Amino acid sequence: MSDAQASACAFSSGGVLMNLTLFLQHLANGVALGFVFGLVAIGYTLVYGVVKLVNFAHGDIFMMAAFFVYYGIVLFSFPWFLSFLFAIFLTALLGISIEKVAYKPLRNAPRISSLCSAIGMSFLLENFAIVVFGGRQKPFYQPAVLNKTLNVWGVRIQLVTIITIVVSIGALFFLSYLVYKTKMGLAMRALAYDFDTARLMGINVDRTITFTFAVGSSLAAISAIFWALRYPQIWPFMGVFPGWRAFTAAIIGGIGSIKGAMVGGFLIGMISILLVAFLPDLAGYRDAFIFIMLVFVLLFKPTGLFGET
Amino acid sequence: MYKQPSFWLTLIALVVFFAFISYAQNNFDAYVIRIMNVAAIYVILGVSLNLINGFTGQFSLGHAGFMAIGAYASALLYMSPELKAMNFFIKPLIWPLNRIQIPFFPALLIGGLLAAGAGFLVGAPCMRVKGDYLAIVTYGFSEIIRVLFNNLQSVTNGPLGLKGLPTYTNLWWSWGWAVFTVFFIKRLIDSSYGRALKAIRDNEEAAEAMGVNLFYHKTLAFVVGAFFAGIAGGLLGSLVMTIDPNAFNIMLTFQIVLIVLLGGLGSITGTVISGVLIAVLMEWLRIVETPMKIFGITIPGISGMRMLIFSIILMISVLFFRHGILGDREFSWQGVISFFKRRQSNRGG
Repeated sequence: MSDAQASACAFSSGGVLMNLTLFLQHLANGVALGFVFGLVAIGYTLVYGVVKLVNFAHGDIFMMAAFFVYYGIVLFSFPWFLSFLFAIFLTALLGISIEKVAYKPLRNAPRISSLCSAIGMSFLLENFAIVVFGGRQKPFYQPAVLNKTLNVWGVRIQLVTIITIVVSIGALFFLSYLVYKTKMGLAMRALAYDFDTARLMGINVDRTITFTFAVGSSLAAISAIFWALRYPQIWPFMGVFPGWRAFTAAIIGGIGSIKGAMVGGFLIGMISILLVAFLPDLAGYRDAFIFIMLVFVLLFKPTGLFGET
Repeated sequence: MYKQPSFWLTLIALVVFFAFISYAQNNFDAYVIRIMNVAAIYVILGVSLNLINGFTGQFSLGHAGFMAIGAYASALLYMSPELKAMNFFIKPLIWPLNRIQIPFFPALLIGGLLAAGAGFLVGAPCMRVKGDYLAIVTYGFSEIIRVLFNNLQSVTNGPLGLKGLPTYTNLWWSWGWAVFTVFFIKRLIDSSYGRALKAIRDNEEAAEAMGVNLFYHKTLAFVVGAFFAGIAGGLLGSLVMTIDPNAFNIMLTFQIVLIVLLGGLGSITGTVISGVLIAVLMEWLRIVETPMKIFGITIPGISGMRMLIFSIILMISVLFFRHGILGDREFSWQGVISFFKRRQSNRGG
């Protein structure tokens, strides 16, 4: 949270009173981060809704997306926007193949097997990344066009922040069109509602699940790109924490609910930014706070804020 | 009990085993002894996690957290005050920890008991939280422990960790605890408690309807499992001589889960075999990380290759050998005796 920390330092050392500009600045960062977490959380929520599986590897799919962009630019010297599209496409393919290899064979096995398979897949992707991409941090390409800071009525906002928000809103609209207006979305919702009956009604289960994984993974790729533009160091474990925070967001919002995932993502994003900004002493405990919040939500409202029973 | 041949056979096996341990401790190479120590610690970890995951059916990912508690609590108790003062150079250790030093065994026990207390805290909410959610909550717990230990500079020395711990762990300690763990959990599984735990695993509602106290038994499994994880953490700390909070991360838990899966969920014998197997395999796989020559071609060692192979093994075992080495079968003297009798009768007939 480098930018938040920097402004927090200015805040505490300068002794300036908390003013509106600073607050708005943090708010903008929090909103952008909230969207990033929200998009990752939607990936968890969609998969959980349809196949009732916690896709532990989702955070690592997120990490792979950042590396796809990196290699698209470094290895194939694609222009950056082409590299972004290429990464989104590859990540969707990766998500689909993970489902085919690791989850599909265990669809009728006990729950614990598919859970282990998901954990194993996450482990495998991380170690694969260490061996193939190397364990050291790599700089992520920052397009000069995006690397600007705007000054809106005295509030300094990075261009990336605004683009993150705009693109995320676009992705959300597209997603709700997919889920609520198309036949495939209807099939997804039917499977989420009652898997066996939906199958009896002639829904192509395999194709729908493939589609779900493709959508979830491409959302993860989009958020990975924005994450990497914001924190431009990529490494094999970069997906672990965003992944877990997003999963927490999905549970807090109520797993299976897209709206819930977004709200949960916002909550987590805001807490991440505002805690570091205004209580820098407690910044180290950020993840502990998030997990404690998760435990409380699970204890008192196990279905989350927007979940159905 | 004393009339049964199995009791005497077990006793003889134990005597032979500890004679071997005593021989190994004095005569084996330090490297081999170290692998044997690690194997014993893996056995303790695997068997205690199997109690929670395999026998009670509660998917827990909190083992690294319990280990961290055990490792830190015992290390802070058995380290000498001078050593503590040397370690805590950023912020001094809080009173009374900076003054006291107690022997290894009580320090281990206290570490285990504190871990058991944490096990109670984690196990208690599992009435409300089930399945995948429980996995997340327990994982969250172990992350909270890691974050806390990273930040409580004046208690744990933060990310710097504790260095230069005295090596108390030897084969007697590690295998002694491993054998005790196996026997304790075997006795627990064979008692009425064990039957209740298996009933919860097989069908929670039915078990409750038959009068099994769900809260009591699930929490019991967590407390016992956490206790032994704490002990294993203490042993590991004194073996590797340095501990830091980030060593107790999710990767460590995954390794223990792999041990349990490979051995078979719900088989103590299988877990013991796979614990030893993984300890040896992890050492043997170091070959792939060192440069080697095959047919005159030099293959450079790639660091991280070991873990990649390890995770491929994990995936293969999950996908194709879902029941592990032994499934839920156990070793028993009756089984061995009847096996030999059958062979004899086959030969006779």
